[in-house]
This record gives sequence, C-alpha cells and structure tokens, in this order.
Amino acid sequence: MEDFEPRIIAFLCHWCTYTGADLAGTTRQQYPPNIRVIHMMCSGAVDTIYVLKALIDGADGVLLGGCHPGDCHYQTGNYKARRRMAILKEILNQVGFSEDRIWLRWISASEGKLFAVTVAQMVEELKKLGPNPMKQLWVA
Amino acid sequence: MSKGAVLKVKNNDPVEALRVLFHDFLEKGVVDALLIPKKLPSGDGYCQTLIRDPEALVDINPMAPTLPVQSARLISHLTVTDPGCKVGAVLKSCEIRAVIELVKFLQVKMDRLILIGVDCLGTYEPSDYAKMSRESGEGVSITGSLLKGAKEGKIKPHDGYDLRLACQICEYPSPENADMIIGLFGHDPQRELFIEVCDDLAGELAQKGVLATNEEGSASRDQVIERLTEERIKKRDEVFDAFRSKSKGLQDLMDVLSTCIRCHNCMVACPICYCKECVFRTPTLEHKADQLIRWADRKGGVRMPTDTLLFHLIRLSHMVTSCIGCGLCDSACPNDLPVATLFRAVGQKVQGMFDYTPGRSVDEEPPVATFREDELQAESGAL
Repeated sequence: MEDFEPRIIAFLCHWCTYTGADLAGTTRQQYPPNIRVIHMMCSGAVDTIYVLKALIDGADGVLLGGCHPGDCHYQTGNYKARRRMAILKEILNQVGFSEDRIWLRWISASEGKLFAVTVAQMVEELKKLGPNPMKQLWVA
Repeated sequence: MSKGAVLKVKNNDPVEALRVLFHDFLEKGVVDALLIPKKLPSGDGYCQTLIRDPEALVDINPMAPTLPVQSARLISHLTVTDPGCKVGAVLKSCEIRAVIELVKFLQVKMDRLILIGVDCLGTYEPSDYAKMSRESGEGVSITGSLLKGAKEGKIKPHDGYDLRLACQICEYPSPENADMIIGLFGHDPQRELFIEVCDDLAGELAQKGVLATNEEGSASRDQVIERLTEERIKKRDEVFDAFRSKSKGLQDLMDVLSTCIRCHNCMVACPICYCKECVFRTPTLEHKADQLIRWADRKGGVRMPTDTLLFHLIRLSHMVTSCIGCGLCDSACPNDLPVATLFRAVGQKVQGMFDYTPGRSVDEEPPVATFREDELQAESGAL
C-alpha cells in the first residue's frame, strides 16, 4: 500500500518526552509528520482507556513517552505507566489484537534526536503492519 | 492457626443446627449484627438480611443456593464507615474473595467485621431457583438435594437445571481468609457439620460457651475439597480452551459480543467495579456530532457498535487484575453473553504476569496499585 500514511497519537510527558520533542524541533531534527501529540504532565497520568479510545477511533499506532525509570518528575509515575501498558498489551494479545501498535518509550528532555528517530521507526513499522484493523469495524 | 469442631445435627436439619448456633452468636454478643441469607416473603429466593434480634433468625439459610447480589458491596456499605458494633457476615467463597480485594482498595474495613464462610456447593441462577421452588412441592428442599452430594463432593444439580457456569469452574469450593468456616464437605450434613474457627474467635466462642473447638482438622473434608478442586480446575481449563479457540481475533470477539446492548449490567453487578463515578457515566468517551458526521461522510457510513468493544476492553483494563470469578456479570447479562468466561480467561493470563491471585491475601498488593523498579524490562523500550 504505497499511499498508506499511518496516524500516530502520542501521549508525551511534559517534563521529559514533550520537552525532548520540543528540542527535536528547535534543533531542526527531521521526522515524519504522521504524529499527533497530546501533552500530558506525566506518563503515569495516562489512563490506558485513552490509548484504547485512540486505537478504536482509528489511530494506527499509539506512543506513550515518559521519563526514564527513576527519573520521573513525580517519582513513580512512569513505573505505574509501565505496569498499565504491560496489562493493556497482555489484554490486547489475549483478544487477538497486535500489541505492536502500542509503543512505550522512555525519552528524556535532552534526547531530541532519539525522539525523531523513534517517530521515524514507528512510522516505518506501522507501514509494514498496515492500517489498523479496528478501522474496519466502523465501516457500515 | 485454626481449631475445629463437629457440630451435631438433629432431625436431619443442618439449617436448624446453624440457626441455633447463630442465635447464640447474637444473644451472647459474639456479633452484634449478622448478615445472613434469609428466605424472601415470596418464598422463591433468598436475600442477605441484617439481623440483630436473634428471634428474627427464622427462615435463614446459610447455604442458600443462589447469589442474587454480591455481598461484598453490602459489606463495603456496612464497614467503610464505622458501624459502631461487631458485624458478622455469612458469605460464600467468592463473596469473601471479593471482600479481600475490596479491603485492598480501601472499600472495606476489617476492624468490626467477622467473616463466616460457608463451603459452597454451587448456586443456581435466581430465576432458575424461583422456577424450581414454584414447581416443586412442599417439603422438597432444593438446598437439601444439593447437600446430598456434599459428603463425597459429587454435587448433582436438580433435574433439568444447571448450576451457574462460574460455579462449575470455581476452584475455591471452600472459602479462605474467613474467621470461621461452616464445612459441608467430607461429612454427612444431615448428621454433622465440621466447623473451622480461627484461634482468636475460637477462644471467644469457648469462653462464652457457644462452641467448644477440640478437633484439629478434618482429613475427610480436606480430601474431598482437594478432589473437587481438581475437577473444577479441569472443567475450567476446558471452558477456557473452548473460548480461546473460538475467539482468535478481533472480529471473533466482536461476533461473540454481537448481542451486547451496552446496558452496563455486568459492570453494575461486579463487586470490583466500585467507582462512584465510573467513566462510562461521564461524557468522556462520547463523540461529537460533527466528528461522527465527518467519519460517516468519509467512509460512507459508520457503525456505532465499536462502543461495545471499547466498553469491554476498558472494563478489562480497569478490573481484570482483580477479577475473582464470581460470574455475577454472566447472571446479570440480559443477552447471555459469556462475559464471565471472557474476563476470567483474560484475567488468568494478566494475573499470571504478576503471579497475583485475587482474593488470596489482604497483604498482596493488587497489580494496579504497586510496581517494582526492576520489573518488565522488555516494556522499557527497545533500546
């Protein structure tokens, strides 16, 4: 599918990944425009129901970006996010949906290049996986 | 850790023997109030009744073979604010496990609570029980006919009826974590009941002259329970395998859930779903009109049933780690969706990730409430 452009919804934590994405911008790192960012204060503040909603509403991939374990601005938020994502991925595996569309990445505020690389990687992987099958569930 | 007693039964009436015991509990102040199943005035069912006057213990049935409401929710109301007195509760194994989970979510306080568990032979759907009791004549005891199988652990449901599926695959026929257990297995309930009591309560019962606990344990009861548990585990695995082979992908799951009407009954009946403001009662997940029109425009038309998938997946992600398998969701579903099987099957794997068994212990933190620094390394990004 030459013209399939995946849509990625990203929940980025304010203190690390969002700032890292900002750094990617100010240092003019090139990365694909397929990503739509939702600014969260902490990765631990992301209830996985929003990840599910994004997927069901047709997002091809969801990225949850947080501080490295041990560096969370609120001490333990990212540990909780890690657990929640693990639970969500296992649930999706059990019901037959590929967990490869949900990425959890630790990207700190200084890792602008890593953010750009991650987005590019994700777009490439999602192009291989194809469009989200959940989109078909909507079509009349 | 616990002491035992053999409670003699007169006139082949184990319920009467227990009524006398609970009469003493109330009169001698072992408990100030007792939550116990009592027959409904209509006679075709039971409901949990909070009794303070020992004379009101008429028509109680601690072995009531129906579970119309998960008592864990009632226990939460009775204990989360101080009731001001000691409350005893006669509960089934799954209700006690739900109470244990709710303790960990700060919905139940154990200080004033005395948990009295009953060995469980299984339960019928309340509507089945109602039909049975209307069809059968006087003197035919539905509980009694289930009790016949208690000694050997070979429980035979009434002709033409089945016990609830959740009961058939329940691996906990005997409650754990109770202060007292009314044993039914391994002894003939028409002659005697084996009562297990934890040390603290045993001391009080002896001191107040309510019950002398001299036995160490009952080997016959332990054996029957072990055998019955193995049978249930086998049946459970069969049910899970059948379910998993039927729902291999997303479309399969949607097909299984095709008659879901999003009444949310399963959520209402679930003891673990205690949130006063559940996200499904808020507009958070609603779509705006112009968005729906735009999507319909682009795709030709949109089917709204994706809300069904979202509901079940969200409910799974919020509560499956604590699912104790009581199956009230199945009973509550108006369209007989296999929700209990879905939740238990998914729960088995998710709980297994953390070696967590819901209802096993008050000291075991629920997976969603804790973390360890050095776990889930694979989740920490492919770097």
